[in-house]
Amino acid sequence: MKKKVLTVDDSRTIRNMLLVTLNNAGFETIQAEDGVEGLEVLEGANPDVIVTDINMPRLDGFGFIEGVRRNEKYRAVPILVLTTESDAEKKNRARQAGATGWIVKPFDPAKLIDAIERVTA
Amino acid sequence: MDMNEIKEIFFQECEEQLAELESGLLKLNDGDRDPETVNAVFRAVHSIKGGAGAFGLDDLVAFAHVFETTLDCVRSNRLEPTQDVLKVMLKSADVLADLTNAARDGGCVDEARSRGLVKELEALANGEALVASAEAPKPTPKAAEPVQAAPAPTDESGFQPIPFSFDSFGDDEVAAEYGDTYEISFRPRRELFSKGNEAALLLRDLSRIGEVSINCDLDALPALESMDPEESYFSWKISLKTVKTEDDIRAVFEFAEWDCDLEVKAVEAASQAEELPMVPVPFDLSALDDVPAPAEESEPARAAAESGTAGEDAKMAAAAARVEKKESAAAAAAQTTAAAAAAAAQTTAAAAAAGQTIRVDLDRVDRLINLVGELVINQAMLSQSVIENDTTGTSSINMGLEELQQLTREIQDSVMAIRAQPVKPVFQRMSRIVREVADMVGKSIRLVTEGENTEVDKTVIDKLAEPLTHMIRNAVDHGIETPEKREAAGKDPEGTIKLTAKHRSGRILIELVDDGAGINRERVKQKAIDNDLIAPDANLTDEEIDNLIFAPGFSTADKISDISGRGVGMDVVKRSIQALGGRISISSRPGQGSTFTMSLPLTLAVLDGMVVTVAGQTLVVPLTAIVETLQPEASAIHSFGANQRLISIRNSFCPLVDVGRILNFRSAHANPMEGVALLVESEGGGQRALMVDAIQGQRQVVIKSLEANYTHVPGIAAATILGDGRVALILDVDAVVAASRGHSLKPEMSLAATG
Repeated sequence: MKKKVLTVDDSRTIRNMLLVTLNNAGFETIQAEDGVEGLEVLEGANPDVIVTDINMPRLDGFGFIEGVRRNEKYRAVPILVLTTESDAEKKNRARQAGATGWIVKPFDPAKLIDAIERVTA
Repeated sequence: MDMNEIKEIFFQECEEQLAELESGLLKLNDGDRDPETVNAVFRAVHSIKGGAGAFGLDDLVAFAHVFETTLDCVRSNRLEPTQDVLKVMLKSADVLADLTNAARDGGCVDEARSRGLVKELEALANGEALVASAEAPKPTPKAAEPVQAAPAPTDESGFQPIPFSFDSFGDDEVAAEYGDTYEISFRPRRELFSKGNEAALLLRDLSRIGEVSINCDLDALPALESMDPEESYFSWKISLKTVKTEDDIRAVFEFAEWDCDLEVKAVEAASQAEELPMVPVPFDLSALDDVPAPAEESEPARAAAESGTAGEDAKMAAAAARVEKKESAAAAAAQTTAAAAAAAAQTTAAAAAAGQTIRVDLDRVDRLINLVGELVINQAMLSQSVIENDTTGTSSINMGLEELQQLTREIQDSVMAIRAQPVKPVFQRMSRIVREVADMVGKSIRLVTEGENTEVDKTVIDKLAEPLTHMIRNAVDHGIETPEKREAAGKDPEGTIKLTAKHRSGRILIELVDDGAGINRERVKQKAIDNDLIAPDANLTDEEIDNLIFAPGFSTADKISDISGRGVGMDVVKRSIQALGGRISISSRPGQGSTFTMSLPLTLAVLDGMVVTVAGQTLVVPLTAIVETLQPEASAIHSFGANQRLISIRNSFCPLVDVGRILNFRSAHANPMEGVALLVESEGGGQRALMVDAIQGQRQVVIKSLEANYTHVPGIAAATILGDGRVALILDVDAVVAASRGHSLKPEMSLAATG
């Protein structure tokens, strides 16, 4: 069965890149544009792994991760943070919010797939 | 979708982000301190940087990075966004836009300018760093970050340097050749699992870099009744033989290192066996290759080992039970709360629907518009033939037709609305022009915009940018005085230009108001006399003098400046506005400034026209050009010169233009008493009376380009199809009026070519 990935990113460019990369790698992809939509989509999506941006309008990545971790049903889903933020402080905040791992931009398909493989069985 | 398409999307997105960036900065400039505004500005630059990085657009990434760093200082309240700071940021936004364009279309960027701004931005961020370090002894690492890091963002991946001791190694070379053995002790904490990491997956990854022997320590496992399903009770000792380094091994635990106790030690080959601390418990990773079958769960130790936490299965079962319970409870409650739920769902749906957009190829919209145009014509033809054939006049067909007409009109309006866009992007571009030109001429000018959300057809917007740019340049260069002069005149040294858009009776009205010196009528008049535009003794009203600036070949600037004197005058502006079916006028008060008013149609696809007959031909005259219509009386017609005639209307004389003669429909003069005069406003503000034979009626017509299918016809703007299926030509009023002044109808004279 195809693994399902939920991606949350406000940039149309990055969303498209994620979509192409993930589809090519044989994943089923569901997309949301910000944290609020991400949490809305989560319920029906039942993803195997989540990839999220940090800087987003309405609800940022930190808030989104916390939201997922509070959700009784999905709190154990691995969440990868996709971000250009490199300083340790941001990464730490993401970890404290409950991120499983991270992928540092610039966007690199190989890195993305590798990270997803690492956190999924 | 391939990378090129995504790149195209990226550039589209850049444009949006740049607009967002500029409007955000302008808001900050106006004193807005909403953190969300700062965030939006930051996000815009951040997004551009992110996308640019993916496409390897290094220049763009480098500049965006510096910009972002400075913006981050503002975002974290370490830098006060003062006017001076925002000035630098607005300029940076301009350079960012230039870099984006250069990345898309090639071409070059003013490198000196961008380098200068990089320095200024860094200075802002670093100046801030000094302040920060004065407050707190710890220096801000962000500000101190070298810019050079940006072109190679992979370097800033943020991987923590890991202390690495060579002492424990023998010879590196040997190690690489034969592989080293490492003793790894791994004890996950419960946080590791709560963050979605999985001990078994880490062990699997470890097994992929070398030969492993994994031993699980179950000592901490309590009795079942005292077990916390989410606690972590296991730890592992792994012996790994690999050619990889300790760094590589630690990299496996990259995501987990905060949430586990991890020790990695290189061991001497000889001492391995003795150092194994406990009795090996075989730990099988093969189960990970497939989803564990339910049957395997009967083997508790193994299942527990797989999941890493002893009670994982119990937990999952419990969770599933809870979910089931919830579901059944929900089902029971469903009926009583059905209405509420439906309402809630509706609210959610409405919330989701708000602000949703789709992107549609412009060609598709245009095709739709064309088809609707055909539908309008078809509907008109149908109506006409029903009216002609229906003698009773009361049939239900008529009523149906009326409804059809209304529906058609509504469809047409809706389709036009698809093409409608706010004027905001054009207005935003103007603020950059004001900034740049004001900088160049050493003036201080504020641009105030109003009604940016007023919508108008996309074509109108696209074609509006150029004349508007020119007018803004003019206003900055000539309209607003220097700060010294303004102060001397008792005005605010900072000039104001106000750009407004609003809807007014089915058209869009754009006003450009400056609080400058106003038109210098003496000088304008002198110039017009010097340029042979008017006779030296001409007696002109103030309004007529003001409108002279629109005359071809007129320029008031004493010296041709870099900015507005590009050999293009206001006549060109007027022509482009007219080409859009619009009108422009000026009013000016000496010492107080000038106001340019442009009135434009909302769409270029349809036109309200007066259908008239000239020498047996049916013509359409754009309604916007017509001031009034009248039936000439013999007493009002006066001959003038060889074959010129004037008509007197309310004590003023107005030249009579015989449309049939100008268009060569007939050779002899028509008798004015047998026709109708259409009083039209023409170029230069003067009025002319167009002679036509009869008025058929007033109706909305769909504009069909002549040029696209045939070629440009002087005096004719476009064509349309009438209700009876016949083609009618749309008159180019200004070209006809110009021709009546003795200029022959030449293609370049034609102004109102619409498409």
